[in-house]
Amino acid sequence: MAERYWRAAAPKASYEVVIVGAGGHGLATAYYLARNHGITDVCVVEKGWLGGGNMARNTTIIRSNYLWDESAAIYEHALRLWEGLEAELDADLQFSQRGVMNLAHGLQEVRAGVRRVEANRLNGIDAEWLTPEQVHERCPIIDTSPRLRYPVLGATFQPRGGVARHDKVAWAYATRASELGVDIVEHCEVRGFVRGPGGRVEGVETTRGRILAGRVGLVAAGHTSVLASLVGLRLPLQSHPLQALVSVLYEPVLDTVVMSNAIHVYVSQADKGELVMGAGIDAYNGYAQRGSFHVIEHQLAAAVELFPIFAHAKVLRTWAGIVDVCPDASPIIGPTPIDGLFLNCGWGTGGFKATPGSGWVFAETLATGRPHPLAAAFGLDRFTSGALIDEHGAAAVAH
Amino acid sequence: MTGRRVEVGGAGVDRARPIGFRFDDVDREGLAGDTLASALLAAGVDVVASSPILGRPRGIVSAGSEEPSAFVELTEPWFDPIVAATTVELVEGLAARGRPGVGRLPTSPPPERRARHVHRHVETVVVGGGTAGLEAAEAAAARGDRVLVAQDRPWWGPAIPDPEAQARAARLAVADDVTALASTVALGVYDDGYVVLLERGGDGRDRVWHVRAARVVLATGATERPIAFADCDRPGVMLAGAVRVYLERFAVLAGQRAVVFTTNDGAYPLADRIREAGGEVVAIVDVRDDGSGNAPPVSGIEVLRGWAVAAVEGETRVRAVHLVGPGGRRERVEADLVAVSGGWMPSLGLYRAIGGGLRPDERLAAFVPDGSGPPWLEVVGAAAGEGLPASAPFWYTPAEDLTRHVVDLQRDQTVADVLAAVEAGLRSVEHVKRRTYIGTALDQGRTSGHLVAEIVNAALGDPLGAQGPTTARPPTAPAPFTALAGVDRGELLDPVRTTPIHRWHVANGATFEDVGQWKRPRAYPRPGEDLEAAVLRECRAVREAAGVLDASTLGKIEVVGPDAGAFLDRMYTNRMSTLPVGRIRYGLMLGLDGMVVDDGVAMRLAEDRFLVTTTTGGAAAVLDRFEEWLQTEWPHLRVYCTSVTEQWAVVAIGGPLAREVVRAMGTDVDLDASSFPFMTWREGTVAEVPARLCRVSFTGELSYELHVDGRHGAHVWEAAIAAGEPYGLTPYGTEAMHVLRAEKGYIIVGQDTDGTVTPDDLGMGWIVRTDGSDFLGRRSLERPDARRPDRRHLVGLVPVDRSTLVAEGAQLVARGDADGLGGRPAPEPVPMLGHVTSSYRSAVLGHPFALAMLRAGRSRHGEVVDAVAHGRSVPCEVVPPIFWDPEDARRDG
Ligand SMILES: Cc1cc2nc3c(=O)[nH]c(=O)nc-3n(C[C@H](O)[C@H](O)[C@H](O)COP(=O)(O)OP(=O)(O)OC[C@H]3O[C@@H](n4cnc5c(N)ncnc54)[C@H](O)[C@@H]3O)c2cc1C
Repeated sequence: MAERYWRAAAPKASYEVVIVGAGGHGLATAYYLARNHGITDVCVVEKGWLGGGNMARNTTIIRSNYLWDESAAIYEHALRLWEGLEAELDADLQFSQRGVMNLAHGLQEVRAGVRRVEANRLNGIDAEWLTPEQVHERCPIIDTSPRLRYPVLGATFQPRGGVARHDKVAWAYATRASELGVDIVEHCEVRGFVRGPGGRVEGVETTRGRILAGRVGLVAAGHTSVLASLVGLRLPLQSHPLQALVSVLYEPVLDTVVMSNAIHVYVSQADKGELVMGAGIDAYNGYAQRGSFHVIEHQLAAAVELFPIFAHAKVLRTWAGIVDVCPDASPIIGPTPIDGLFLNCGWGTGGFKATPGSGWVFAETLATGRPHPLAAAFGLDRFTSGALIDEHGAAAVAH
Repeated sequence: MTGRRVEVGGAGVDRARPIGFRFDDVDREGLAGDTLASALLAAGVDVVASSPILGRPRGIVSAGSEEPSAFVELTEPWFDPIVAATTVELVEGLAARGRPGVGRLPTSPPPERRARHVHRHVETVVVGGGTAGLEAAEAAAARGDRVLVAQDRPWWGPAIPDPEAQARAARLAVADDVTALASTVALGVYDDGYVVLLERGGDGRDRVWHVRAARVVLATGATERPIAFADCDRPGVMLAGAVRVYLERFAVLAGQRAVVFTTNDGAYPLADRIREAGGEVVAIVDVRDDGSGNAPPVSGIEVLRGWAVAAVEGETRVRAVHLVGPGGRRERVEADLVAVSGGWMPSLGLYRAIGGGLRPDERLAAFVPDGSGPPWLEVVGAAAGEGLPASAPFWYTPAEDLTRHVVDLQRDQTVADVLAAVEAGLRSVEHVKRRTYIGTALDQGRTSGHLVAEIVNAALGDPLGAQGPTTARPPTAPAPFTALAGVDRGELLDPVRTTPIHRWHVANGATFEDVGQWKRPRAYPRPGEDLEAAVLRECRAVREAAGVLDASTLGKIEVVGPDAGAFLDRMYTNRMSTLPVGRIRYGLMLGLDGMVVDDGVAMRLAEDRFLVTTTTGGAAAVLDRFEEWLQTEWPHLRVYCTSVTEQWAVVAIGGPLAREVVRAMGTDVDLDASSFPFMTWREGTVAEVPARLCRVSFTGELSYELHVDGRHGAHVWEAAIAAGEPYGLTPYGTEAMHVLRAEKGYIIVGQDTDGTVTPDDLGMGWIVRTDGSDFLGRRSLERPDARRPDRRHLVGLVPVDRSTLVAEGAQLVARGDADGLGGRPAPEPVPMLGHVTSSYRSAVLGHPFALAMLRAGRSRHGEVVDAVAHGRSVPCEVVPPIFWDPEDARRDG
């Protein structure tokens, strides 16, 4: 077997760029630094095993049908990269464009759905509005009858959306980055920063010693704000547990991805046969990768109501990741007020889909010190200017 | 056909009670007390299922929930798509068939088992009802604790019956303050002693226990480890402990000629038991050649020290066993059973999931708790490594070809697959797991997880135990969705809320809209009317005569205390503290980002008492917000908030004849405009019950909201209907209300706003005070982006053709920009100027109209933009967002 994964590297004394966090985003950043910018004197440091954070825990939904122009642009850029990624990385990523359906259960969800579909199309993104009959045709196991507590009134559908195998994505980026000369150092936790004149960040202190760096990029998902606080930088991030679960393996029943905000569950079926499901974040802040059981219970109640065929399904495994949520549910990408320190975080509950795009734009930032045009709107400064990119979707209807 | 029932043993079955069942469409007989697995073994069934990927025959490996092989679909007495035969209690009429590790979900699901949820508080939860668990439970009960002890199997005590344990279980069963639950698996142990358990009732009724305990004792026992060798997945290769359980508990001899293959002394007694039962033991094959171990010799049985099982022959059942010995010596023996013991691993899934750490134990060649779990958690008995036999670290029999050394029977993954992963550069057990999928099937690697870890450790040249087993995650055993869902099904998925007037609405043909949890009448179509016709009729009635709306769902919060006014000043953008008693004021509430999140009115009931209303869907969130600020930021404010939404029914009567209608209902309140003007309230009686009358209007017409005690709601509503008849009073629903308020340019928060809209965007800059005093969101309104002149503003739209109803959600673009797209994705992004938030036909305007948010909209009145939706562009003229009575003459009349 010719297949080889990434090299195990021991940290050198210094690098041009140090990336903290070997999740999907950190690894993609390293890869594009080497590939797009020829910068290979790069180290990715990871406190655990590579790709073991949210990258290993997410439900792998990929789509680009975001509402606002800025989001649509960056997520669509990512989706286009996804479409060529298996060839680019020469790896089987189990990328499957099986479509993503987002159900509307109330009149306001219908308005918001139509609005998003229309916005998507004008932004060049494939998007469809499905009537309940079309929902039934596309996915007959959804209960579209009026007996549902909140009947299905329609759905947005992005045919090019889908899923991919998260681990394989992380490993492929790691392997190709490693081949290009990037050092990936696992079991190496960043505990502090090396500060230079004027407070400039000039490296990191790790459990495997000091590593100097020309530029440091923090890509640590739910722990980014903890790291930033070590240099006195307070970030507008809340870290919450987000849970997911898989069922026992079943013969195929579901060939698309279905999400429902009102009934609060989303589900797809993995190639192996398990139903992969998630719901909302746990309301409290926390860093233990454990969620609240009642969230799981509600999610399962929702699942069997929406999909009567799940009446005999069983939960096999549940788990949680720590997601980094911004007040406007959009990421933070770019420079910080501290020289030498850069951020790529705040992807919250939905950053897997952005992995290639996130790495692409952040690599440019680390290479040039300036935001990539697609990331310019996602700077930390938006919280002072007020130019938020609110992707919570239309607020719940109220009258 | 080599298993059979024997005369010895069988303490767990009742030989006098045969039980009929069906397996793979063949009628069979077992005994009361059997599991499906023991009955199948007794019936001589070797092959239960096939493996999921390679389709290899699969038999029974274990006697418990760690089973990696024998999976069945149960069809009677209830349906279960896939379950381990070792965990199914045999009952009369049971029917099952083998499943290859993958279940089938029927399109028309058979009836489900029922599940109820139970909540308990106890001092001590004991997980595990074996010897150590029962002891721990009794000790805790003796201390005076309330105790809940749970055992995943249907019986108490160890699997091999032990009279002392049974006596203890019998005592606990009748002890006060002890809840002893058999057939109950602890699904998960969570922070602060929260334990969730699933009890599988024999009657098809399940219970999910949510238990809060001061102390949790894990007595979860240990699991025997297999050893990998060529074709070790063949039926007839079983765990030694399981062979013994089948014999002693179920009186089933799993094979006639056995090889015992072991790394430890624990499996030795099995040899004697097999012989007592009439079976033969060919040899005890003990991998240890270093003189370790001190099992008493078993007379007449050859013990091959330093030997190992290399392979087995046979397709659907072991026929012969190949042994490999010191110096590569080989031997072939005829046998139909290999009883394997690779040592014992404490079962620590629950312990690890709550943050407990492991430490390698060289004597056991296993992992034991390192003592790092939470302080309220204790691990006892075999789970803590107590009483387990010392074992040699032996994971697989070395061989040239390792491609048939199966490690995970459910994934058909072998030692060769694990080594290939390491060879390719994976160094973490978690990575290997994720490449091979070992440990991700139904048993979550209960038997394979440790093996994989040690194979990886060895391959990397790392010491024993350098990396631990793959992580098992809750639930401990697969748990049905429906059990965890409990009764939260159907209508109870989310409680349905209805107003005191609901029955009238139903009786009078209302169609309903879900608004939050509420069911609100959307319209009251008459026979032959569609929704649109009904809405237009209802609108016309309000504009020309009078209409009545059930507004009871409005959120209502009483804000009371000396600082109530000051508090409300901070919550709303305008000042509430200056409101005189008897008056009403409209208010907007902002998020910290300065965006509108709710609106409503505040009525001052007394100097220290306000009633504020909220949107129907926002009531709970607004109260939460009040409480959050009061409790966390301003605890010094003397203010109390109480939800009174359901205490008050609200009957809103509006229209030019509203005054006449209320008068006709009978009231002692002077309704004259001069003494009871707009935005004031009065108290009195209406229709002979006490009422608070409020002159507020959401339709733009003269309106009275009658607030009455909830239990008078239906009476007052019916009184209005009766008294209003001569005036043409018409009940109207939310849809007409939406049209009427939109004609008037009144927003609906959450429909016309989406969390990105400031008061000024809505043309409501006047409601934001600028005296510098603080309110939520004030600082954000000063950010440059909130002051941009080209923000999106609320505007009105009128289709240029004066007949097309534009779609709500339509995007607005410059004239012609979306022409020719026909709903396809634009090749180049088209600049969007805004979107349509509300769009209706009007009974009084003579043309459809819409509200929209439009970039720099206030400066665009008179321009034409395209509203794009569903593949069409509809040209619309931009107009001010007030279509009806801009002078407010009707409202204030
Ligand atoms: C349950 C769940 C479901 C999700 N579902 C989806 C989905 O369906 N679609 C989607 O698009 N997104 C989803 N997400 C979100 C997505 O997983 C994340 O947004 C994304 O993975 C974050 O980027 P990452 O991969 O780089 O993060 P991570 O994989 O979390 O990477 C961050 C890394 O930083 C490391 N680290 C932290 N602190 C330090 C330190 N001090 N020193 C060194 N290293 C450190 C961590 O160990 C970790 O490996 C989901 C998330 C969760 C938890």
